[in-house]
Amino acid sequence: MCSAKIVPIASHLLEPLDFDLLGDIEIPFFYSYVECGFPSPSDDYLEDRIDLGKYLVQNPTSTFMMRVKGSSMEEANIHDGDILVIDRSLKAADGVPVVCFLNGEFTVKTFKKAGDKAFLMPANPAFKPIEVTEEMDMRVWGVVVWVLHKPVKL
Amino acid sequence: MTSLFALCDCNNFYASCERVFDPSLEGKPVVVLSNNDGCVIARSSEAKALGIPMGEPYFKIRNLAEHGLVHVFSSNYVLYGDMSNRVMQTLSLFTPNVEVYSIDECFLDLGALYGVDLPSYAKTIKRTVQQWTGIPVSLGVAPTKALAKIANRLSKKSVKAGGVLVLTEPRHIQKALEATKIEDVWGIGRQYAKFLKKHNIHTALDFANLPESWVKQHMTIVGLRLQKELKGEPCLELEEALPAKKGICTSRSFGKKITTLDELQEATASYAAKCARKLRQQKSCARLVTVFVTTNTFSEHDRQYYNSKTICLPVATNSDMELIHYAGIALKEIYREGYWFKKSGVIVTEIVPERQVQLNLLDTVDREKHGRLMEAVDGLTDRFGRGKVWVAAQGVDNSWQLKSEFKSPSYTTRLSEIQTVYAR
Repeated sequence: MCSAKIVPIASHLLEPLDFDLLGDIEIPFFYSYVECGFPSPSDDYLEDRIDLGKYLVQNPTSTFMMRVKGSSMEEANIHDGDILVIDRSLKAADGVPVVCFLNGEFTVKTFKKAGDKAFLMPANPAFKPIEVTEEMDMRVWGVVVWVLHKPVKL
Repeated sequence: MTSLFALCDCNNFYASCERVFDPSLEGKPVVVLSNNDGCVIARSSEAKALGIPMGEPYFKIRNLAEHGLVHVFSSNYVLYGDMSNRVMQTLSLFTPNVEVYSIDECFLDLGALYGVDLPSYAKTIKRTVQQWTGIPVSLGVAPTKALAKIANRLSKKSVKAGGVLVLTEPRHIQKALEATKIEDVWGIGRQYAKFLKKHNIHTALDFANLPESWVKQHMTIVGLRLQKELKGEPCLELEEALPAKKGICTSRSFGKKITTLDELQEATASYAAKCARKLRQQKSCARLVTVFVTTNTFSEHDRQYYNSKTICLPVATNSDMELIHYAGIALKEIYREGYWFKKSGVIVTEIVPERQVQLNLLDTVDREKHGRLMEAVDGLTDRFGRGKVWVAAQGVDNSWQLKSEFKSPSYTTRLSEIQTVYAR
């Protein structure tokens, strides 16, 4: 019987650490005892587990998260309680959901360009579009790249 | 000239971090208080304009705060540390060689970029950092580190510079030195400034023009090196390589199986204190603290769990109190209910000699006081044996809580504390 053993982490931690210090240190490293028999053939095929964080966060230095409150974006599949993954390095483009800072609060809307004009569009008939004007104190804070939504309350 | 350095400095860093997640604070006076909400350790330019001095005790500005004239925050190192990492990582895209000098300052080696349009490159760096992280930065570019520091300082003062100043032309360098008071030169301490003024040296230019033999005689080789740097002759290399990577580890298997956070916390606190004592004995400080926990990996019947967490301290330390504090934070992150823990430990790394600790101007801890207290604790331990005097967190619950009434959420590191975005 070959049993996989978890390698004690302590010895690994003394190696140089880089900028990701505040992140978790994952050591998905397993090996089999050789002396207990035939080495596991799967050892040659080890890969890291799927890292959802890496998939959702393409540019870690510019990516932030916020939680949604309200229902004005329901038809754009952005619901109350969802988590938004926001990338500040991306530019607002037509039809893209953005997080803006408007009238003293963060708000999520779809950015819409129509000729020279720009609009912040809700996705719920009960709410009105907002035209972006020069004198308005509006800033796009970042572009929504993912909406994390649970299908039912779990 | 072949060498070229940029010093990138975050503007009013702590206040800027708070503003990223509350843009309504822009243009308003913001101050950040030291640990325990003692005194002001960081100010936005508006707060400076109000005349609030550095180190002002909180009670003196309480009135202003209560009337909403100044916005007060407790220090939120988790947030500042993460935002600092984001800034530094963004900067490292622009040149492979960077030296992170402090939580809000970084030297970039731009030596490979002669011939490039430097002002526009520097502006691109500034714009990118601001766009990606929300943190405004200033850049000074010059042939030496000391001159880059001067360029950086001037880039903030001049409206025309707009946060970017490139000093490569000799006549520009001359002017910059003339505009820099001797006490504002990097590396000139208060004593030297006093001494030099007595000899009628008032600006960086006066200093640069002194005979080298005089400087060497009165200010040692260190002063001479600085003078050469100001004259455009690089003497200070980029210190990319961190000091020898040694670590101190204190860990132990528990006599009994432990399940609760309280028990683990006490154990972890004692290990942290042991590491701190070892650091003091070898007269050094550590910048990184790692905490790990593990279940009994040899027991086939128990559910297995192991995890670790590393925290980068704002300033390297060898104080029991600080190490215990940060080890406790790390432990809370990795603790999970429902496991029999067999072992935990604390590892400190990035160890530097006590005297080389880069003191942070915005440091929140009274290091001298901590140092004296730790000396006293060590003295008592030596006299009466181990375990007679200790920081309460090692054994008494909840007695070591810092006061931080005005702390902002950990917007970037804790899912439960992320900012709310409204859909209304």
